[in-house]
Amino acid sequence: MSMFLGSNLRKSWTLHIGVIILLFALQFILPAYHHGNLARIMVLACYAMGYNILFGYTGLLSLGHALFFAAGMYGMSLTVQHLGWSAGPALLAGLAAGFAVALAIGLLALRTAGVAFMIVTLMFAQAGYLAALYFGEYTRGDEGFVIQQSFRQLAGVNLADPTNRYFAALALFAICVVVSLRVVQAGFGRVLVAIRENEERTRMLGYDIHRHKLAAVVLSGTMSAAAGAAYGLLFGYAGATFASVQYSIFPLLWVLLGGAGTILGPFVGTLFMFYLIDLSSELTTAYMLIAGFALVMLTLFAPQGLVGELRRRALRWLP
Amino acid sequence: MTLLSTRGLSRNFGGLKAVDNVDFDLPAGEVRALIGPNGAGKTTFVGMLSGRIPASAGTVRFDGRDVTTMPAHRRIRAGMAYTFQITSVFSRLPVAENVALALRWRTGDDSVATDRQVAEALDRVGIADRADQLAGDLSYGHQRLLEIAMGLSQQPRLLILDEPTQGLADSEIADFVALIRGLAGDMTILLIEHNINVVMQTADAITVLNFGSVLASGTPSEIRNNAAVQAAYLGTG
Repeated sequence: MSMFLGSNLRKSWTLHIGVIILLFALQFILPAYHHGNLARIMVLACYAMGYNILFGYTGLLSLGHALFFAAGMYGMSLTVQHLGWSAGPALLAGLAAGFAVALAIGLLALRTAGVAFMIVTLMFAQAGYLAALYFGEYTRGDEGFVIQQSFRQLAGVNLADPTNRYFAALALFAICVVVSLRVVQAGFGRVLVAIRENEERTRMLGYDIHRHKLAAVVLSGTMSAAAGAAYGLLFGYAGATFASVQYSIFPLLWVLLGGAGTILGPFVGTLFMFYLIDLSSELTTAYMLIAGFALVMLTLFAPQGLVGELRRRALRWLP
Repeated sequence: MTLLSTRGLSRNFGGLKAVDNVDFDLPAGEVRALIGPNGAGKTTFVGMLSGRIPASAGTVRFDGRDVTTMPAHRRIRAGMAYTFQITSVFSRLPVAENVALALRWRTGDDSVATDRQVAEALDRVGIADRADQLAGDLSYGHQRLLEIAMGLSQQPRLLILDEPTQGLADSEIADFVALIRGLAGDMTILLIEHNINVVMQTADAITVLNFGSVLASGTPSEIRNNAAVQAAYLGTG
């Protein structure tokens, strides 16, 4: 049995490292337009991967993840804008803001479960969005603010340059993939899956459910914040739109489309949805109709998402 | 030595006294059966022992400690294992992973020890050849055995089995009786059981609950000959 598990472990590492190498190679091939898109998609996929840890693996549906994304984005951008911090410390400030917000929200929201958890997370995120608007003097509200190119330097590398930006996005993506894989393969991640599958049974096997869920919220929120901070830094803009309910729904859609509870599902879902909207908006102004139709079809015929369906049909070892 | 004891243990659901003022002592190493008619309060009683259900009044002591307010997961780590009355395995996870979850908090990151102990537990209940199947694909009888394997693999000092033979075929019940007899030396067992033949073949002692109270307690032959028990339970069975 351990032989069997060992070979699956090897296969999954090979696959995921292969995907990262492929994305690395694509940087040299892709035309400028898609090159820029892919950088964006990789950062957003990190957001989706963070969401997936809570939703896909732990089975907790949050409708308020934009709060964590925005905490990272504002933690980074406000310290740059108003305190004149450089990119490195500002990124850490974004991470710290995400961690703190996730811990606080986790402690409060985990007192509820199911639908109440969805509503509570949604309400907290709305409060965060309104706070961003209320403090418009600093955040410039919906209009947002541009982060000057001169601040977007990390260790002497200019992140505004498309090539550097692509590699920075890829580096973050690789980190998130490796962290997710390690979590899922560790005992901790397996307990999260057990909680998703049967919470009461897991408790009666000797696990502290609350502590595991809290850790999942914090990890998920911090990863989402990392994506938010990186997004602001790489694309040079921070605005309250990223704290709106729309940005709480996006990661849910990406993860559902790509495959909840799979490592690559969030990336595949983000990629798919991005180009679905991109291509359909070339055809018609009613592009959301086409996108919506595709989503309904996928939900009907691949309810486990693209990667989830692949796992069900062919690759049962996919993590 | 008494492994588990309760004093005045009670649980009310609204006006209903599901368990009423139960004093109960379980010596270490014993196989004790808990019997009684439907609705006698057996599952509520063991729910309070394991921490699934908070007690309305009274105390539970386990291994010399008062565990009345201890959360369930800590009681499990203190040496209790509980198998569910309604089969409650992780149906979408492999059989081996079900058992691994039950023991990984002891073995930690030592995957070799985990694999070995998983294999031992599955072997002990006789489903080692199904380790890689999804638990939900097992037959009902095998799922019951998996439940027991999950309990055993925790190496508990007290194993609580809530109606383990419910829904099993006669041949499977015979295997189960043999399994319990084989375990008897290793751990203390509290068995809730409707099948009186299983009880008579496995238990060192029997406690009879009726309307939430202890009706009688004694050896199988004492219980068999107890007039009150016959009236309340055996007579109707």
